[in-house]
Amino acid sequence: MRDTRAPTSAQFGWLLAAAAATLAPHAVELPYWLIALCAGLIAIRAALLWRRGKPPRQLLILLVAIAAGVGVRFEFGHFFGKDPGVALLAVLLCLKLLESRTARDLRAAVLLAYFLQLGLFFYNQTPGIAALALAGTLLTTTTLLSLEDAAARPAAQLRTSAVLIAQGLPFMLVLFVLFPRVQGPLWGLPSDAYSGMTGLSDTMSPGSISQLGLSDAIAFRAEFSGMPPPPSQRYWRGPVLSRYDGRSWRPGFSTLAAAPPYETSGRAYKYRLTLEPHNQPWLLALDFPAANIPRARYAGDYRLLAEQPVRMRTRVELRSYPATTVGKDENAFVLAEARRLPADLNPRSRALALEIAAKSVDPAAILSGTLEHLRGMSLTYTLSPPLLGTHAVDEFLFDTRQGFCEHFASAFVFLMRAAGVPARVVTGYQGGEINPVDGSLVVRQSDAHAWAEVWLAGRGWVRVDPTALSAPARIESGLSAALQEWDALPLLRRPGLDWLRDMRHRWEALSNTWNQWVLGYNSDRQRDLLEWFGFPQPDWRMLAMLLGVSATTLMLLLMAWAFAQRRRHDPLDAAWSRFSRKLAHHGAGRHPWEGPLDYGKRLATIFPGRAKPLREISEGYARLRYGAQTADPRSVRLLARSIRRLKLK
Amino acid sequence: MLPRPDALRHRHGLGDWRRHLVTLRATLDRVLFHIGPPEPAPIVLGQRRIYVLPTPAGLAFAAALLVMLIASINYNLSLGHALVFLLGGVSVASIVHAFRNLLHLSFTPGRAEPVFSGERAGFHVIVANHRNARRPSLRLGAHGAVVPFEIDAEDRADVNIPVATTARGWMTLGRVRIETTYPLGLIRAWSVLVPDQRCLVYPTPEPSPPPLPEGPSSTPGRRAGSAGDDDFSGLRRHQPADSPRQVAWKTLARGGPMLTKQFTGMDGGKIHLDWNDLPADLGTEARLSRMTAWIVAAEQRGLAFALTLPTVSIAPGQGSEHSANCLRHLALFGTEGPADA
Repeated sequence: MRDTRAPTSAQFGWLLAAAAATLAPHAVELPYWLIALCAGLIAIRAALLWRRGKPPRQLLILLVAIAAGVGVRFEFGHFFGKDPGVALLAVLLCLKLLESRTARDLRAAVLLAYFLQLGLFFYNQTPGIAALALAGTLLTTTTLLSLEDAAARPAAQLRTSAVLIAQGLPFMLVLFVLFPRVQGPLWGLPSDAYSGMTGLSDTMSPGSISQLGLSDAIAFRAEFSGMPPPPSQRYWRGPVLSRYDGRSWRPGFSTLAAAPPYETSGRAYKYRLTLEPHNQPWLLALDFPAANIPRARYAGDYRLLAEQPVRMRTRVELRSYPATTVGKDENAFVLAEARRLPADLNPRSRALALEIAAKSVDPAAILSGTLEHLRGMSLTYTLSPPLLGTHAVDEFLFDTRQGFCEHFASAFVFLMRAAGVPARVVTGYQGGEINPVDGSLVVRQSDAHAWAEVWLAGRGWVRVDPTALSAPARIESGLSAALQEWDALPLLRRPGLDWLRDMRHRWEALSNTWNQWVLGYNSDRQRDLLEWFGFPQPDWRMLAMLLGVSATTLMLLLMAWAFAQRRRHDPLDAAWSRFSRKLAHHGAGRHPWEGPLDYGKRLATIFPGRAKPLREISEGYARLRYGAQTADPRSVRLLARSIRRLKLK
Repeated sequence: MLPRPDALRHRHGLGDWRRHLVTLRATLDRVLFHIGPPEPAPIVLGQRRIYVLPTPAGLAFAAALLVMLIASINYNLSLGHALVFLLGGVSVASIVHAFRNLLHLSFTPGRAEPVFSGERAGFHVIVANHRNARRPSLRLGAHGAVVPFEIDAEDRADVNIPVATTARGWMTLGRVRIETTYPLGLIRAWSVLVPDQRCLVYPTPEPSPPPLPEGPSSTPGRRAGSAGDDDFSGLRRHQPADSPRQVAWKTLARGGPMLTKQFTGMDGGKIHLDWNDLPADLGTEARLSRMTAWIVAAEQRGLAFALTLPTVSIAPGQGSEHSANCLRHLALFGTEGPADA
């Protein structure tokens, strides 16, 4: 009955503000035509509100809805999934706004706005987005409040909803920490759930890694317990590429097992990787990870793989032993694959390789001879190498002489294979930057790298980084140090912007904390935290109990607050009600309509023996309460005392 | 009222389950809400008699939160969890706000002017807020009528609940519901109270009654001295219902109090409204209805009249007090409670 009232323009105003605040951050993700449509619909609603016009016909709204639906279908190709879902919700919210006639419609629009606030987190969960969503929540809550309390001033409405949200925050905190976390997904996610992730791919063609070199996005973070390894040992292993078709490198044959195909030895580095989602299975461990890593598998080419592609921020606790010897007894098939080359390509390089091989006694000598030769060729390391033709290695080595790590690795492996030595390309990340604020090692997409592995009898697979020959600084100090002045660099990697880098370090340390404790809070974190608080082996029963206890405590605190603001205690009123109560015990309570003087008279007839004090008290009260002068505290105290001392028997 | 046996028999089937419903409700009231006979004033709402339940809008909100929680779990949205928990916390806080909006309100029965049956009785309830904060968005309801109101800090509100009347006699206000869905409309807090308040309902005046029985029909020859019936006999205090023709304007003009002139001819019992003079085929309610109409007419014209009922006889008189007294007897005619006070 109540909800059919037409909302006031103030109530509409709140909802419009809430809708605009909710939709604005979505503008980054939504298609342009949809943003224009939503903005237009909101503007029409605002104009109608301004001119006190009526909402448009239902049929028109239905037609716009159908058109928007068709548009979404064309834009995304389907209706299911987060992108079309968010787009449809945005259109729905705007149309609901336009057609709203009753308070009930406004409530429905508020629910849509809440869904859209959740939808923001599909794309982005930074503190900034959280703050925007919180502002949206404040406005939607104010909309609900204005529907109930239209008479209050807008500032008071805003304040009340802020109080409500402030009171909701402790509940949020308790639930966030203690609500049993379920590791999603609950069912198969739509195909677009993980779109838009950057990272290495499992093939390497010219330009694929230098493209990543321009991206400042964080690939993963590593927190070492103890000293991190020196920069020259920070090789994070990704895809290992053994098949070459003259243009692209692809992964070769590899086994997959629950245990590593090597025995670790030497010094260990213990660290925790926090991987940004990249939608691929590799875990990018330092060479060579130890056994018994939960939910991980070991590839024959020494990659560490997750059971599922890494689709959300993932933490892995790792130990790596860089000094481990690997592949002494390598499979003949793998070695054959590591020697294979496509025929009729790069004749000049082949000739060079054969020339070096002829001068060498064994593969180790071929290796050092090739490196020696490459060093003498004065190759240049650059982010923007010239394009290469069919004989890519020849052109790089003898004509352009400019290349990125992928050219160096590719050319080196080609030479080794041409000379008959098994070799392969390894991609991954190299280096990383220590954030001085929290000490974590940050590895970015721009640290993506390609190097080589050569198999030597008796020594197994040996890592060789041909890039180091021309640009040793790349390995020691990272990309920016190795590049020439004319290379375009990500802004924050440029030298001379120390203050900017410092600010970024702080910001990234903060967002790392945010990532670890807010975004990455999952069942493991929950267990760790509870154990840290001294609850051993927390299970769901323990969680439920803690949750119950905390929620009850909070509720009791709120109730205490509700009771705290009782009537302001007026001593005169208190004394007078004490008097009435006292006489009520003797069967002579005051009637509600009875004034003090009449009451006094009546009491005098009921208790003739105490007539005098009774009349004195009632007259005294009347004088203090209704007299011309305000009651002075002393007389009030005297009256209260005579009431206390009054004896009726 | 006296239920007529034939009417009762007529509604037997319906009346049966209706009566069951009424007794069920009374039992529920007693067991759940501790509601029994009218409570002495002032009624102060303590925490034990305020109840809270979600509204339909609140249930929709909860369903939306559930969907949002599932989406957050499915997509591993930590901030989604946070948003859902925050909104959950806000709705929990709103329970306390709704509860607090009713807590310690005090209710005192106010005026309830007599009305004629068929009119709306106006039950005034004085609701006092002793807290130093506004109490917005309150609703008081009884007998199907709902009155929205709000009270400022340390203030009181005189809430008039209009209740349709259907039968003469005492009408009790009965159970009154105070409720609020403040602050967000998600939670309804309510309490049920029974203020000790009743309203006198006069019989419905007959729509077009026969003319007043002036003249000799009932008391032949009693109109003697009609020419001098306006002999001035004195003054009495003015009452709002007195005809303006009888106001002592000269006294008022001299700065005196507002007085009503009384005339000797008027208390001579010229009009006698006698139950027994009415046609024999007229039923009880019809008789009462006609006499009510006559009393209204007589008062409007400022005439004096006497009233005789089978149970009581009222001496001739005039003025609003007299009329009210007569109407009261008519209203309570045949009811269990005597026309007390």
